Amino acid sequence: MEWLFELFHQVNYELPKFVQFLIVGLTLGSIYGLIAIGYTMVYGIIGMINFAHGDIYMIGAFQAMIVLLICGTLGISWVPLQLLLMLVVAVALTAAYGWSVERIAYRPLRGTQRLAPLISAIGMSIFLQNYVQLVQGPRPKPVEPVISGGVTVLTRADGFVAQLGYLQIVIVLLTVALMAGFTLLITRTSLGRAQRACEQDMKMASLLGVNVDRTISLTFVMGAGLAAVAGMMVTLYWGNNDFHMGFNAGIKAFTAAVLGGIGSLPGAMLGGVLIGLIEAFWSGYFTAEYKDVAAFSILVLVLIFRPTGLLGRPEVEKV
Amino acid sequence: MTAVPSTSAPLVIQAAKEAAWTILVVGLLSFLMVGYQTEVLQGQQMSFVNRFGDVIWAMVLIPIGRFLLVLARGGLLLPPAVLGGIATLYLFGAAVLGLAGSPLYGQLPLPYDQPMVNAIFGVGAVFILAAAIKGQRDRRRGAQTLEMREAAEARQARIARNMSSILGPILIVLAIVIPWTPWGDRAVVDSLVLVMTYVMLGWGLNIVVGLAGLLDLGYVAFYAVGAYTYAKLSIALGFTFWESLPIAGALAALFGVLLGFPVLRLRGDYLAIVTLGFGEIIRIVLINWQSFTGGPNGLGNITRIDFFGLPFERNPAPGTESFHTFFGLEFASTHRVFFLYYVIIVLALITNFVTIRLRKMPIGRAWEALREDETACRALGINPTNTKLTAFAIGAMFAGFAGSFFAARQGFVSPESFTFIESAVILAIVVLGGMGSQVGVALAALLLIGLPEVLRDLSLYRMLVFGGVMVLIMLWRPKGLLAYREPTLLLHGRRKRNKAGVQS
Repeated sequence: MEWLFELFHQVNYELPKFVQFLIVGLTLGSIYGLIAIGYTMVYGIIGMINFAHGDIYMIGAFQAMIVLLICGTLGISWVPLQLLLMLVVAVALTAAYGWSVERIAYRPLRGTQRLAPLISAIGMSIFLQNYVQLVQGPRPKPVEPVISGGVTVLTRADGFVAQLGYLQIVIVLLTVALMAGFTLLITRTSLGRAQRACEQDMKMASLLGVNVDRTISLTFVMGAGLAAVAGMMVTLYWGNNDFHMGFNAGIKAFTAAVLGGIGSLPGAMLGGVLIGLIEAFWSGYFTAEYKDVAAFSILVLVLIFRPTGLLGRPEVEKV
Repeated sequence: MTAVPSTSAPLVIQAAKEAAWTILVVGLLSFLMVGYQTEVLQGQQMSFVNRFGDVIWAMVLIPIGRFLLVLARGGLLLPPAVLGGIATLYLFGAAVLGLAGSPLYGQLPLPYDQPMVNAIFGVGAVFILAAAIKGQRDRRRGAQTLEMREAAEARQARIARNMSSILGPILIVLAIVIPWTPWGDRAVVDSLVLVMTYVMLGWGLNIVVGLAGLLDLGYVAFYAVGAYTYAKLSIALGFTFWESLPIAGALAALFGVLLGFPVLRLRGDYLAIVTLGFGEIIRIVLINWQSFTGGPNGLGNITRIDFFGLPFERNPAPGTESFHTFFGLEFASTHRVFFLYYVIIVLALITNFVTIRLRKMPIGRAWEALREDETACRALGINPTNTKLTAFAIGAMFAGFAGSFFAARQGFVSPESFTFIESAVILAIVVLGGMGSQVGVALAALLLIGLPEVLRDLSLYRMLVFGGVMVLIMLWRPKGLLAYREPTLLLHGRRKRNKAGVQS
């Protein structure tokens, strides 16, 4: 029995740290998941990698930050109202970016060779980054924390405290709420039905009276809206926005989408949370420098055994 | 589209609706991002500068442009042509004056202070003009049937093919003589060395993407392997460029096989993300493996390129010869640049030659067949994994050569040179050139790499223009500059093909 006791002690000692990494991982994962949905939806419907999506997220973060600053000058200091304004304004204005990017750079290329929209998207990504650098300046923008404090979950003998911040609760709850709403939207509304129809067969859907252009536009609008929410969260969470922040987050989110099975919405969320957890635990227990290597390696491992991702449907080969 | 509407009223109303919608969108896009410029003050405080004037100008000019564009596309050509022409001349003229630093620029009534921003609006005016001219051409030709359009497409493909065979030799001759012409000063040749490096990388990637149809977003990783191989061999073991060139190529090919082996059974975009991840892994390892790669600071003091044993040095060590002493020339810094230029031309032409020959060999045929239909290939007994692996390894080998050359040119390597954006640029060169077209790749490299070199003075706007040009070329020619990508061999000769695009 002695060893069991020992083990129990060990676990008890390690638990607070584990819980802390879990909390951080879930928060990060929520943010990645929200961005990943934008990738996966666009991929599902028109089969292209929207490389500019990470930059849409960056623009969302900037706009949320600007709303927060304007709140400061207008004297709005009640935090829930600030959050609501950030959410509504940033989502609406970022959705306009999503719509415009699709309209300008992708729609004219629909039906051409598959790599053309990809290159157009890479060009758009470079363009958007430099546009933001021009209009907002190259320096990183520090944002003062709006929500601070939290509840103590566990305390260790040596004083290490696992804390669950109020902000982290807000982020995870908001993500869960958005996911629930989104699932309803896809499964219950006519827009969701139109989207699923376009995903299966665009030509047939258009013959049956689905407005394909409008459906695709709305897909981009929704993806950009969710990316804006992620941008707002990261503005509050890290509060250090710069014009190339979208690149890394975009790659991570795209990895998450592929890991979960590209084209699958629950897969994107699952992939996002997994990538978040891998990053948090790897940085916690090993070295922070190689956390991205860990994320990509696990992606490769998963793809070797499940070539269409965790929740992806296997492709049917038509000859 | 070509029929002229009997009354232009509905068209005008339609255009006005579009313009109103554009006002709303431009307003939404620019209100916060342009209207509120955030600034970081002392002590991490932030404030903003309002620039609503810029927002309002955008909300006026862009909808007018949209209005004229809809008119031009609808067949009402005169107003868009006249106004677009005037705006093009005025905005570009003003921008040129402003960039040249003429005092006249301040006198002109212009929407924006920055010449470049006015020039970007001028590009919009060019679009209107182009739409009007295109409308006029279509009207002259009359209505087109589907057959006519297909015939036109076939004609274009034929022109592209002929252009390639004529343009190719002309470009090679031009490339060889340009250092000896009056324009060939050091800066120009230096830029051309860079362009040629990307031509070579583009040709190398073309084997993977254009021939085998595998989307590789991490090509720069092999470039990095080649560069660091030469850097390490030169610093640690004293190898010269020529000795380490084959080793660098072999090592890069080995990395290609190592990456390719587990992942090549993945299809399409799954493969793309894995290659992207591989590129990032290599970069992260280069940054963090301090003791071996020098970390973010990179490796310096790499032996520069030599003329088959003769270094290009002003003062050679006593008892040794330098290039200029051996040939009895006056020392000139251009010697090395010119030599580098010819080395990269030879390397690039080797890449080109090997690709063209490989295309005609069984392996090349297998690549193209695999690109068109993997299932059919498997049924015919082609081993897809081995075939893809060869493409991956050969593509990686050329990237390794180019990387080695890069290190020998710079004398310094750091992870910063091997970011994802490099992979994206190389892929863009391949796709913009028209996949599979060797001359197209060279033209695209000249455009995409040469353009930022020309625009060097416009520092801030350089990459903005670069990204915009990438999008615009793709919109203008979705199949690439010189688009023809038929299999080299077809069963029933050159029949009309109804499928285009990478199938992987």
